[in-house]
Amino acid sequence: MNIIRYHNQGRSDLTQAFDRFAALRGELDRLFDGPFGPVFSAPSSFRRWAPALDVYQDKDQFTVVAELPGLKKEDIELSLQNGVLTISGERKQEKKNEEGYRNERFFGRFQRSVTLPSSVDSNKVKATYQDGILKVALPKAEETKPKQIDVSVG
Amino acid sequence: MNIVPQEYQKSGQQSTEETAYVAPYVDIESTDSGYVLYAEMPGVNRDGIQITVEDGNLVLAGRRQPLSVSGEPMHQETRQLSYRRVYELDPSIDADKISARIEQGILTVSLPKAENLKPRSITIE
Repeated sequence: MNIIRYHNQGRSDLTQAFDRFAALRGELDRLFDGPFGPVFSAPSSFRRWAPALDVYQDKDQFTVVAELPGLKKEDIELSLQNGVLTISGERKQEKKNEEGYRNERFFGRFQRSVTLPSSVDSNKVKATYQDGILKVALPKAEETKPKQIDVSVG
Repeated sequence: MNIVPQEYQKSGQQSTEETAYVAPYVDIESTDSGYVLYAEMPGVNRDGIQITVEDGNLVLAGRRQPLSVSGEPMHQETRQLSYRRVYELDPSIDADKISARIEQGILTVSLPKAENLKPRSITIE
């Protein structure tokens, strides 16, 4: 299984490095509650965010859970290709004026991909979005489900 | 202006379920009539929100709904902790007029200024 939190597909090493810094700064700001305010915050083009994501498994299905507060259902894109589930979209500001008094939240485009460990039945994938939590249920393909094999003694 | 975070109450400690919290990400917007605060609380619905004003402090608390997922976690980044954050409330804010709503995990709290403190233009007679 292969999950990369900070997704930087098709971007240069340099911008990736900036992304990492921006992400680290975000975490530090949160820890110390940003005493430096907007003065040191990364330019918006370097500020990327990636939603936190969980993957669960039972015998019939995988469930991918992502924390995506403040989106509209229409702004979430889901795709499944070659066993890779990709969640992407864009978060827009609710605020009216750009200049906030305090800004800690991330806006703009995001993308996360999950390589599923075994094949799923793409026709039966279901997604729900409630309370800012996206839940994607991916039923396992019949052939990959564990099977009980009776041993006949003869 | 004085909407400042007061404390990180036991932030992130996983001691017991009752006392472990994370601080939500918050944006605060300043408007002519007061302030609007946006807090990210994914997993919290209307019933889980508790907002109190006590000793000049605004306490925002959000209790997560248990995540109903079958099976075992293979990979986990979310922290199933409740949210809490405390702000010192500016005296200009009319505590009786604070209102809030939550939609898709975003708690929006409007903090209007008291009427007599709003800017007004005075005409010269």
